Amino acid sequence: MDQLLLILLNGLVYGLLLFMLSSGLTLIVGMMGVLNFAHASFYMLGAYVAFSISTLMNFWVALIVAPLVVGALGALVEQYGLRAVHKHGHLAELLFTFGLAMIIGEVIQLIWGRWPVAYRVPESLDFPLFSIGGTAYPAYRMFMMGVSLFMFVVLYATLARTRLGLVVRAALTHPDMVAMLGHNVPRVFTMVFAGGCALAGLAGVIAGNAYQTDPGMALALGAIVFAVVVMGGLGSISGALIASLIIGLVQTVSIGLDMKLSTALGRIGLHVDGITALSDVWDISINRAAPVVPFLLLVIILAINPRGLAGSRSS
Amino acid sequence: MRTISHTLPWVIAVVLVLVAPHVFGSGFSISLLCRMAIAAVFALSFNMLMGQGGMMDFGHAVYLGLGGFLAMHVMRAADAGWWIPTPALPIVGAFGGVVAAGLGGLVVSRSTRTAFAMITMGLAEAIVALVLMLPRLFGGEEGINADRSGGPPIFGFDFGSPLEAYYVIAFWALAAAGLMFLFTRTPLGRLSNAVRDNAERVGFLGYNPGRVRYFVYMFSGLFAGLAGGLQAINDEIITSANIGSNAAGAVLLMTFIGGVGTFAGPVVGAVVVTLMQMALGTVTEAWQLYNGLIFIVMVLWAPGGISGIILAHAPLVRSGQARRLVPSYLTVLPGFVAALLGTIGLSENAYRLQSIRGGSPPGGSIFGIPSDPQTMTPWLVSLALTAVGLWLVARTAPRARAAWLEIAGGTQA
Repeated sequence: MDQLLLILLNGLVYGLLLFMLSSGLTLIVGMMGVLNFAHASFYMLGAYVAFSISTLMNFWVALIVAPLVVGALGALVEQYGLRAVHKHGHLAELLFTFGLAMIIGEVIQLIWGRWPVAYRVPESLDFPLFSIGGTAYPAYRMFMMGVSLFMFVVLYATLARTRLGLVVRAALTHPDMVAMLGHNVPRVFTMVFAGGCALAGLAGVIAGNAYQTDPGMALALGAIVFAVVVMGGLGSISGALIASLIIGLVQTVSIGLDMKLSTALGRIGLHVDGITALSDVWDISINRAAPVVPFLLLVIILAINPRGLAGSRSS
Repeated sequence: MRTISHTLPWVIAVVLVLVAPHVFGSGFSISLLCRMAIAAVFALSFNMLMGQGGMMDFGHAVYLGLGGFLAMHVMRAADAGWWIPTPALPIVGAFGGVVAAGLGGLVVSRSTRTAFAMITMGLAEAIVALVLMLPRLFGGEEGINADRSGGPPIFGFDFGSPLEAYYVIAFWALAAAGLMFLFTRTPLGRLSNAVRDNAERVGFLGYNPGRVRYFVYMFSGLFAGLAGGLQAINDEIITSANIGSNAAGAVLLMTFIGGVGTFAGPVVGAVVVTLMQMALGTVTEAWQLYNGLIFIVMVLWAPGGISGIILAHAPLVRSGQARRLVPSYLTVLPGFVAALLGTIGLSENAYRLQSIRGGSPPGGSIFGIPSDPQTMTPWLVSLALTAVGLWLVARTAPRARAAWLEIAGGTQA
């Protein structure tokens, strides 16, 4: 029971982190139709910038400044890159972000090296907050959860309660109409793109020290964030939240289960040991299968509904 | 006349393929030629989806990889004594590719555009993860290998030597390219163009766009699998790296740099990118960075790729008016060269600095010019070159573009 609670907590922290990335990406995809391949690269950039700032000054400065830096970079990319390729169509935009992801990945390796950097949890938060069944739970994880929830509330309030949010939501489905009504839609695009990048950067700031800051972190998380966004339905914030939590929990649970697939199936009454042709499959322990879980979930959900959990339009 | 202009490129291609290994006979060039041929088939199969069908497949390497794995298992069986000649292995690869794409297509062909791209990526990630989880079938990280000369000899050839393998690969590459060209002429090929341009209208005409996408996806998987079979013959090893996102990114790069708008574009891209990869890979560490930069520059300023640039100028060359463009193009050149040299200087110094920090001896040189990244001079020179070059390009490019528009507009009118 305690074990389960621990796994649930970790899954929640991870799921909320995924949501910080996917909420920005789903807005960008839904609104501008740009499949931003570099989104996870901005997450990685956030972690590295935060590492540099926190070694120069401290973590708290990094927490504020790094997302702003990443957001500003995002605004520049939108203004001078994406807008220039926009006239060549969606494919060109998508390829542009693809090239951008390659360049960000290389530049990060040039500046900070090819190996993980020592980006650590700040000392003021580096203590066990409480213990569950003898396992100490780090305070920093709770801090991550707090930041994520705070961002969620801010994002929700902005989208649902402000005039800007109204315009953004309208531009999600009817960009031309919103422009007709006199709103500066390109500027809204820039703001959404910058905001999404800043959110990704913030996720990098708080996750880079809890997990690991290395040049592979964008690739590892990028595909999962994509899966979350598609699963939730393009452009749907609530869908992204549900999908983030589902994937976060399912993946954390499967990592925690050190059990062979055949044993797990045996528990629910399916005895498959006799089918030796597939013994390779039955011998997989569930925690090793964890990487494949988000994508299998994605395929299953899309087979049921091609628009994802809460998508209003399919492309 | 029409038939001549259609068959002539193919005749030239056949002659080139036959002659090339005797002109460039070294082991390095033959392996380079084999890689080009395989990349060309793969890029053409990719462009069946991207250029002709409007489907951005981010997991296309899966079909090359799965076809390659199947061909490799059959090659192992041939080594163990089954009567399966090596030249038949690409058929096995194609079979693996088409079966895999037939299954994968069930999931992906229902969505379009952005959603399609994301789902193919998710599917590919899932398959890569699965491949790594089934070591008995796919050999884990090391992959599986076999000996291509282990099969039964045909007319005394065992296909062990690089030249014999080259001719097998070249034959299949030409055959596959020809079949893919014929595919564009079939009703299904035409329909895939129509689905790309306006799926809704195709639906109203009584065709099911989803089904058209599904069949095109299967054919594309078939040729990707064939390329996988060729790769199995060439490398005699297939690993999970052949399936993953790097391989999928490479084919995207080739196809785009060559140009998606024409049939031959991907072939041009495959040749150019393979050549650059092999040539630059030996002289610079910064290959990945250049890759990304070339890609971004192409997307921004030449979205039609190399073949797009050629197509834009071919009528001018034919009508003899291209000469008038030369002066205005030449004015852009100095700025372009300066910016290029400056960028190379900055990147090479950065990579050098990184390896010095990593413990290699200090100092260094670029193009034979001594350049120590721990001093200020190389950085300032490179930065100045880049800045001045970009400024010059920004000043001269509009005039060159205007000159092109004027002359090209003149020929069309």
